[in-house]
Amino acid sequence: MRKSEITLNVNDKTYTLPVKPGEMLASLLRERLNLTGTKIGCDEAECGACTVLVDDQPVLSCVYPAARADGKKIITVEGLAKMVHDVMKLHPIQEAFVEHGAVQCGFCIPGQIMTAFALLKRNPDPTQEEVRYALKDTLCRCAGYPMIENAILAAAHTLRTGDPLPLPEIFESIHKQEIVGHKHLRPDAVDKVTGDAIFTDDLKFDNMLYAKVRRAMVSHAILTKLDISKATQLEGVSAVLTADDIPGEQNHGLVILDWPTLIGVSQRVRYVGDAIAIVAAETPEIAAQAVQLIDAEFDLLPVITNPVQALEEGQPQIHESGNLLKHIKVRKGDVTQGFEESDIILEHTFHTQTTDHAFMEPECSIAVPLPDGRIEVYVGSQIPYQDRSQIARVMGWDEKRIRIVGQKMGGGFGGKEDIAGQIHATLLADATQRPVKLLYDRHESLIAHPKRHATQIRVKMGVKKDGRLVAVETELYGDTGAYASLGEKVMTRATTHSAGPYDVPQVRNDCYAMYTNNPPAGAFRGFGVTQSAFAVESMMDMLAENLDMDPIKLRELNALHVGSVTNTGQELDESVGLLECFERLEAEIKKINPTPFEPVVNSDSPHLVRSWGIAAAYKNTGLGGGAPDFSNADIELFEDGSFEIRSSAAELGQGLVAVMQMIVSEEMSVSPDAVRVLVMDTDLSPDGGPTTASRQTYITGNASRYAAKTLRTAISSFLAEKYDVEPSKIKFKDGSAHVNGHQLSYASIASEMKASGQEPRVVYKYNAPQTQALGTGGDMHFAYSYSVQAAEVEVNTFTGEVRVLNVISANDVGMAINPLGLKGQIEGGVMMGLGHCLTEEFIMDEGNVVTDQLARYRIPGIMLTPNITSIIIEQPTADGPYGAKGVGEISSIPTTPAITNAIYNAVGVRIDRTPVDQEVISKVLRENIV
Amino acid sequence: MHLWQEFRQPNSISEAIEDLLNAPAPVVPIAGGTDLLLEMRQGRHEAANTLIDLTSVPEMNVIEKRGNFLYIGACVPVSQILASNLVRNNAEALIEACDLIAGPQVRNTATLGGNVAHALPAADGTIALAALGASAEIANQNGLRKLPFLELFLGPGKSAIDKTSELIAGFYIPLSDHGQASAFKRIMRPQGVALPILNCAVWLEREEGTVKGVRIAIGPGGPTPFRATAAEALMQNQILDDELIQEAVKKVLEQGSFRTSPRRATSEYRKHVVSGLFTDTFTQAWERSKK
Repeated sequence: MRKSEITLNVNDKTYTLPVKPGEMLASLLRERLNLTGTKIGCDEAECGACTVLVDDQPVLSCVYPAARADGKKIITVEGLAKMVHDVMKLHPIQEAFVEHGAVQCGFCIPGQIMTAFALLKRNPDPTQEEVRYALKDTLCRCAGYPMIENAILAAAHTLRTGDPLPLPEIFESIHKQEIVGHKHLRPDAVDKVTGDAIFTDDLKFDNMLYAKVRRAMVSHAILTKLDISKATQLEGVSAVLTADDIPGEQNHGLVILDWPTLIGVSQRVRYVGDAIAIVAAETPEIAAQAVQLIDAEFDLLPVITNPVQALEEGQPQIHESGNLLKHIKVRKGDVTQGFEESDIILEHTFHTQTTDHAFMEPECSIAVPLPDGRIEVYVGSQIPYQDRSQIARVMGWDEKRIRIVGQKMGGGFGGKEDIAGQIHATLLADATQRPVKLLYDRHESLIAHPKRHATQIRVKMGVKKDGRLVAVETELYGDTGAYASLGEKVMTRATTHSAGPYDVPQVRNDCYAMYTNNPPAGAFRGFGVTQSAFAVESMMDMLAENLDMDPIKLRELNALHVGSVTNTGQELDESVGLLECFERLEAEIKKINPTPFEPVVNSDSPHLVRSWGIAAAYKNTGLGGGAPDFSNADIELFEDGSFEIRSSAAELGQGLVAVMQMIVSEEMSVSPDAVRVLVMDTDLSPDGGPTTASRQTYITGNASRYAAKTLRTAISSFLAEKYDVEPSKIKFKDGSAHVNGHQLSYASIASEMKASGQEPRVVYKYNAPQTQALGTGGDMHFAYSYSVQAAEVEVNTFTGEVRVLNVISANDVGMAINPLGLKGQIEGGVMMGLGHCLTEEFIMDEGNVVTDQLARYRIPGIMLTPNITSIIIEQPTADGPYGAKGVGEISSIPTTPAITNAIYNAVGVRIDRTPVDQEVISKVLRENIV
Repeated sequence: MHLWQEFRQPNSISEAIEDLLNAPAPVVPIAGGTDLLLEMRQGRHEAANTLIDLTSVPEMNVIEKRGNFLYIGACVPVSQILASNLVRNNAEALIEACDLIAGPQVRNTATLGGNVAHALPAADGTIALAALGASAEIANQNGLRKLPFLELFLGPGKSAIDKTSELIAGFYIPLSDHGQASAFKRIMRPQGVALPILNCAVWLEREEGTVKGVRIAIGPGGPTPFRATAAEALMQNQILDDELIQEAVKKVLEQGSFRTSPRRATSEYRKHVVSGLFTDTFTQAWERSKK
């Protein structure tokens, strides 16, 4: 039967709509009904973000033809909360997600909630296993799985019994004050559970065009011909631009300007994702069709596929400067002498794979021309001010002509630091003088944006019989792909951390960061340290076995402590919680198993063997290496008594807005509800620097804190003068100032200050402690976080399959400002580490991307989530806000070697290449038996 | 370029056949569409002029007893198969296979018909049906006919169904009798494409300690779903012991073609794990048949 109209009931409202060709239910909901709570993460039925209920069954709306929904009842995330007496009352599942901290970036949350909602309708009293089964394929890259699971179980209890929602047990910081150090709910959590939270692709503008990029799809070539005439003539196409249309500089880049915005004829293509033309059209379909009509011809060149090949003589040179981006050197003492003094020397080479951030929200930029000639760019970006300067350079404009309006971000993890579509959208918006949206699909996201560096790491370690490390030598080859991105910085961090968190007298580390014809590699949570930690921590276990020493004892003997000098020559004078991490973790693990590193054979199934493994790591907070590291915060008191704190630091799900809100609340002695946070807007919020290097809690946290302190001082001075009292007599408490027994509300203070011509507003620039460049000695970084993790695995000796059962993660974070947010960072970090170890591999074949769909690039789901126990160590750092250090990265770094060391302890197979290949385990075990 | 211009929801098999033959071409029939629509979107399948949504056809949406057979319509969502006691009591291997097809949301729209129509040699539903001795019901303009299940498969991705004039309407599975049982298992790897390294389904009939009858299906063990007929013949009417299983494994290895799939599994690995997978699956079915 053919139909021209469909009638469907969505969230109790009936709609009759004309049938549109090719339309999926997700598009109908998002585009026609403006119900943008339903998210599209992959558009390939893999991630679950688009889950809605159709006649009470959860389905993926991205592959559900809209016309099939005719006559059906649809429930979306917007349909759960109800208005009760003019107040929006959250559904218990939504409330539970908020209270349990299950919401981080929030992009997957509508899918999680709808899947859970369907489960509880069908099964009001699910077990943990049933929750996991239902959520099996609803992916969360922040990996808040334990909190999601607990939230659903709590909501089920409330729905079943009518009892108040069971709340999670969240520890409090030992350094807690009034607000900081206590559990705090994210200010954006409610919008993220109701579907009201707006991400870039949820925005629409009148007269908006849709852009697509024509990519080279060859790995190394010279572009010899480019014909856009057919595309230009296609009806509905507004603009087709090529390199010839770039008004300013052709290249962009975060550190080195080596990345062409568009490749021109006779220029070099360096990877498959290189853009050669961009199209803006009336619909995404027309834009896609136009891209197909662009004719391009190439002279293909030999392809460089790995960094070792890139350094060989006689290889083609990818850039004018050659293939070597940087040779990074770390020298401490005399490593030759160190090896001479060593009783045992071990040497081994390790390989780590390329991985993709796979943030749930693919990149989206919308450029909107304004009548005054400026352009606004709506984008979720980790470095808004860098976006602005990079766009300006290519446009040939003054930076101020561009406004970055940062949007909620569905995860970043380092993958939203580089330019994605920002410049292309701006070029097209400028050319057409219409708003232009450039949304990547998952395929394009996987192909185009920078990855984690695949790295080859040779480690040589010399040790005394008693276990004291004498010498460490490492040699790294990092694959930075076609363009520099942050490659030099990432590989520097990989190198400086490649002697591990240990006090070693003689060290020599060398790294060759190499250009290849693979997709570029840049920042990714862990920033190079993930790679080197795998190598060093594997080697520590190899040494422990050789010395017949307990792996914890060996590490403790050599662990960095106050007074240690790192391989870069930095004397650590405070806040080194590594030994405490070991002590607390060892106590925890021994409660479970007094001999954790011995194999335990399952008596019922003797092919299943369990054991624990351990690994340690440290990670800098902040940029370091002599780079100026600062953030600006702008605080303002309004006449309604509320505050706003503004900084262009990025909120990508990690919880910075909660931290800023708490800090201002603490410093101003006002309820957090009276503090708004505005981030990522280059017109309205001052530069907070890049959101990278686990730095924002520390840097923008401090900027917010000092801005608030300065404002409080200004208010004190004002009141002191006005009421003629000593400023020290003025107290701030419960949202007001107390002067001479009088209580003055912030609202009245704001009015009084304005009436007397004073602005109750402070812009504070916080400069982090000075650091020193690598090679100059001194403090390369102003703070380090430390972590020790233990993982228990079960290995199937027949198939080689590996399951992670338990992880204990002990992290020295200085001070836990928001323990609830911290839990998300720690559990999510473990899961990302687990994915790096077991499931994730970005595969290329001669530079072509094999893993060009989420279906081929597997990130861990809830079924792989082990039981995670978190131990928080709080050795405060003097200059951090209330003692806090970074936590975003450290939490994921030791997971991989903890798992691979556990595999060795279980079955004696040394994994020296990630991800773990079950075939290799099975094969080695077979050969060992023979 | 739209994935389809016109969307049709026929109300009967004959209406569906009519649309298939006469609607504006190209005509693409879908069941759940969870694979096919993605293939169209990703350019691996041509776009349709007419998309025929078979999920609206009532006859293709039933699970029922028909004589000595269990009938499962080709468009029954996998989740409904999982929820069916009729299927659970007669085709445990199919339940276990369906439980591993994709994730819960996909199972609410994905169907066995689609799983089989793709003609992949290691689709979980396909392997279970092969061991269960199923036959397919094929519809065309002349009516319905039964086809032995394995005759549906011509090669990897190549179905014997003429997609321009025929549909798979459903599947017949012999009802389970006393002493009969089945099981399904598979081995995956956590990286890469979500296709099994190997899957295996076993149906058997026992009498005391004797294997009265057995059907073994393994995927991928060749270009089409592999029935290990040599091992079946060897085990038939034999008393089960470890040695018999070992001998059966040898036959499986001799007869099957366990080749390397790049980035999924090497031939060597498949040949190694097939013995354990077969043994476990067979043992599971054997234990069940005691009840």
